[in-house]
Amino acid sequence: MTLDTAWAVRWIRASAAVVSEHRVELITLDRDIGDGDHGENLDRGFSAVLPKLDDLADDATPADALKLVATTLISTVGGAAGPLYGTAYLKAAGAIAGQAELDGAAIVALLTAARDGVVLRGKAAPGDKTMVDAWTPAVDAAAAALSNGSDEAGILDAAATAAEAGARATEPLVAHKGRASYLGERAIGHRDPGAQSSALLLRSAADAATDS
Amino acid sequence: MKKLINDPRRVVEEAVAGFEAAHGDLVTVSHDPIYIARKDAPRQGKVALVSGGGSGHEPLHGGFVGFGMLDAAVPGPVFTSPTPDPILAATKAVDGGAGVLHIVKNYTGDVLNFETAADLALADGIDVQTVIVDDDVAVKDSLYTAGRRGVAGTVLVEKIAGAAAERGDDLASVAAIATRVNSVTRSMGVALTPCVVPHAGEPSFTLADDEIEIGIGIHGEPGRERIKIEPADAIVDRILAPIVDDLPFASGDRVLLFVNGLGGTPQVELYIVFRRAAEALAERGITVSRTLVGNFVTSLEMQGMSITVMRLDDELEQLWDAPVQTAALRWGR
Repeated sequence: MTLDTAWAVRWIRASAAVVSEHRVELITLDRDIGDGDHGENLDRGFSAVLPKLDDLADDATPADALKLVATTLISTVGGAAGPLYGTAYLKAAGAIAGQAELDGAAIVALLTAARDGVVLRGKAAPGDKTMVDAWTPAVDAAAAALSNGSDEAGILDAAATAAEAGARATEPLVAHKGRASYLGERAIGHRDPGAQSSALLLRSAADAATDS
Repeated sequence: MKKLINDPRRVVEEAVAGFEAAHGDLVTVSHDPIYIARKDAPRQGKVALVSGGGSGHEPLHGGFVGFGMLDAAVPGPVFTSPTPDPILAATKAVDGGAGVLHIVKNYTGDVLNFETAADLALADGIDVQTVIVDDDVAVKDSLYTAGRRGVAGTVLVEKIAGAAAERGDDLASVAAIATRVNSVTRSMGVALTPCVVPHAGEPSFTLADDEIEIGIGIHGEPGRERIKIEPADAIVDRILAPIVDDLPFASGDRVLLFVNGLGGTPQVELYIVFRRAAEALAERGITVSRTLVGNFVTSLEMQGMSITVMRLDDELEQLWDAPVQTAALRWGR
């Protein structure tokens, strides 16, 4: 499987589908420790991306597709998730600019840049009970898979699996950023909705690399 | 859920259309992207004030657009920050060449979206400064939280900074006044019932019939503790003490006392609250020299109220008294 623009588009379509499917779950997670709009906002954002995919030029690169996601999410999502995901996709696009096909190193660079973008905007550290708790283990696992000789699909699968574990691992944490931080110890026992949506999006990337 | 709505997804656009129909003498409304601007904007040479945030807190912010207060308000979806696009469009529409002050309540989403819009405006050559309002003493301000929330004190910042801009202060001075108001203002709220976000359709939290949430946020975020309902005077004493202790306000201070309804509490109860709050401040030797009572920063249909105390000096008093002409605050003109 080559990771080209067709893969990026499959990833984006799968992301929109998975966010729509998990809309209520994300709303519920967010209502427990935030304000209950995460599923609604993200669903609105990815729904707005879909029609724009048809306008991608024939010679569009994977970076062009990710940049389209970035600008659309920034202008449609709102809340904290809009600028955070928007920056993540924008930085990811920057890391793979001009490449028509992505090898393992490019995938790791893409994920690293996305994570760094989230950290830059939100200023959260690992353990703060945020999206970073899904992205950081995902980046680490992807880098490890690359050095163990995994192929591109294997790298993405390792990243998604680590992100899912990272999202689960936010449950016992006290939040230090975002609205959940107002809850203090009352946030314990609840999964962070941003970490959960991050894991869903990374799983979509891996799935898009195994089916065509 | 019973609400006077047509379609949960069109709540903001229909409300903004109604606001335009009702207050077309004061404002003009842009529908795509959505923002509410002062009718005579841009005013050449005057610093412009732009605020915004999630809808559901009306009259904040649209009700404060007009002479002596905001030049534009940017309403996001209910309880969700607007995106950078409408904030940028509003900023450009009202800039009269003297720069634009963004007044932002301290919520992660609002701060990130306004920050992005300010970056884009700066890139377009518009001078933008930002003041973050964080008057809520219910939240501990530490490295381990997102910091204090911006609540009812936002109205005082918008009024006084608006008056400073109206008298011709430059951008740095208006920003400094706004920062000063925030630094001498403290608030705390209490909820008797939760509220229902239209597209969610269910209460964002639950309170038993005999429970109240002390230190509630304006989106229903929890505060310090949940207790059994008490008489009004006891509740006032319970939230006024942390407000007074935080600044701290001291004997001899002159203050503005603001009792704000959260949307579902009748005025008659707000005045019962005001009565005790004024009395309790007097017991501490604090003089109430300016007042505000009513529903100004709401949380949809939530029952409850917040108390805000601002320490005054001659200049802040003058700016508070200066003429204002908006849908929700109007005097002297």
